[in-house]
Amino acid sequence: MARPLRQRLPKVITGLLALIPVSRTGWRFFTDGLGANPIAEAMNQLGFWTLTLLMASLACTPLKIVTGWTWPIKIRKMLGLMAFFYATLHFGMYLGVDQFFDFAAIGKDIVKRKFITIGFAAFLILIPLAITSPSRMVKRLGFPRWKRLHRLVYLAATLGVIHFVWRVKSDYRQPLLFAFVLLVLLLVRVADYLRGRARRREAAS
Amino acid sequence: MLIKRPPDLPGSEITTQSLYLARREFLAGSAAAATGAGLSLLLPSGRVYAGAPAALAPLPGVKKGPYTTSEKQTPFKDVTTYNNFYEFGTDKGDPANNAHTLRTRPWTVKFEGEIKKPQTIDIDALLKKFPLEERIYRLRCVEGWSMVIPWVGFPLGPLLKQLEPTANAKFVTFTTLKAPDQMPGQKLPVLDWPYVEGLRMDEAMHPLTILAVGLYGNVLPNQNGAPVRLVVPWKYGFKSAKSIVTIRLVEYQPMTAGNVSSPNEYGFYSNVNPAVDHPRWSQAKERRIGEFLKRPTLPFNGYANEVASLYTGMDLKKNY
Repeated sequence: MARPLRQRLPKVITGLLALIPVSRTGWRFFTDGLGANPIAEAMNQLGFWTLTLLMASLACTPLKIVTGWTWPIKIRKMLGLMAFFYATLHFGMYLGVDQFFDFAAIGKDIVKRKFITIGFAAFLILIPLAITSPSRMVKRLGFPRWKRLHRLVYLAATLGVIHFVWRVKSDYRQPLLFAFVLLVLLLVRVADYLRGRARRREAAS
Repeated sequence: MLIKRPPDLPGSEITTQSLYLARREFLAGSAAAATGAGLSLLLPSGRVYAGAPAALAPLPGVKKGPYTTSEKQTPFKDVTTYNNFYEFGTDKGDPANNAHTLRTRPWTVKFEGEIKKPQTIDIDALLKKFPLEERIYRLRCVEGWSMVIPWVGFPLGPLLKQLEPTANAKFVTFTTLKAPDQMPGQKLPVLDWPYVEGLRMDEAMHPLTILAVGLYGNVLPNQNGAPVRLVVPWKYGFKSAKSIVTIRLVEYQPMTAGNVSSPNEYGFYSNVNPAVDHPRWSQAKERRIGEFLKRPTLPFNGYANEVASLYTGMDLKKNY
């Protein structure tokens, strides 16, 4: 039986809100509202929101650890999937609009330009994560294996931040902000893991 | 027993569990929305057009100059709202938004160094010194976009000749204004201020090289490097220093702003060259602003006939 709407409401609201940035970017793109170089600007905005949504998704469990709230866990999957959606648009724009399907040039770019290599790698990692996000996939993999696979999201986020750092010309403020946020989220998880290990040791002794 | 029990709450006052939980989710959703809205403020907001520059004075007596291209000119709106002028912020729309604090009068340009006639010239005198020409040039940014801009200016060569360079004058440096109170971007060490660029003497003397004082028939908008800037169309745009206050002739190859910031990315010569990649991206193609598809980049930005001879025998991969 499908879950009642009230239970699905947090996810639905999150998903709808997460569609606002791409709607804005898309609207402005087609109404000449993105400045003189709309393709570059659209790609920048899509990349920014990919990272932002990814960080938001990564913040859910740390938020629960620190505050005890459980509602972040309800929207974690939707945030992650929306991040993947934006990543697909960002990469899709690069593929189809910026490079206009010039696969020879794209192949060379991926191999030679390290910021594109690392961005592409981050995107590739997100693909199996997106595919295995439905609950029936959790059942099929078994939770311990699924959990191990989804730890890769931290790797994807790290590669994404480095992709941003390497892309930027000289103003490093935004990429460094993302790096800082990612670091903090990682530290919360590590601290929690160590605390859990200490408690388990105590209980065993 | 005298312990008094508080009156029971009527059942109607107890919030149903579902409503109680729904309110918390509503708050959470609002918090998320507020955060999202707040975060979107971090984003540059796309086209920002700082109003029609109605105050731009027309430049009189401008004649059509040589080396002009007949390609489609980039619209004035794009030329003046898509700028790399980090003195006013690093986003493309920042100079148009912020450059109104630049004071272009009074303004002088100091000429010094290996010349027999060091002097300081007031900008209004400089505007009258040489006949003004319209030069419609391609401009290619190192980032991979390009424009076609109808500059108004005069060739640098005759001006340098008047200064009577000594035998030691091998290079020319151009220094941009340093004034953090007028240029808020200079408050951050994004670059080593003031911005300094340089040319070899023969590049500076070449008839293509101009000092530009206007575009589209009027004086330069602040965001384009008012009141006087360099334009060297066969090199990447960052070589064309803006808002110049000092021109110095020197004996040794100077350090330039790009050199100091990223020596492996911004070389001294920086000639437009599709065969020499930027470390982080290819330079084989460019996006002409206003066009959808990318177009191939031309050696020396299409000015090979005019300037390739300056570099015969030079390894342009090593001297990037």
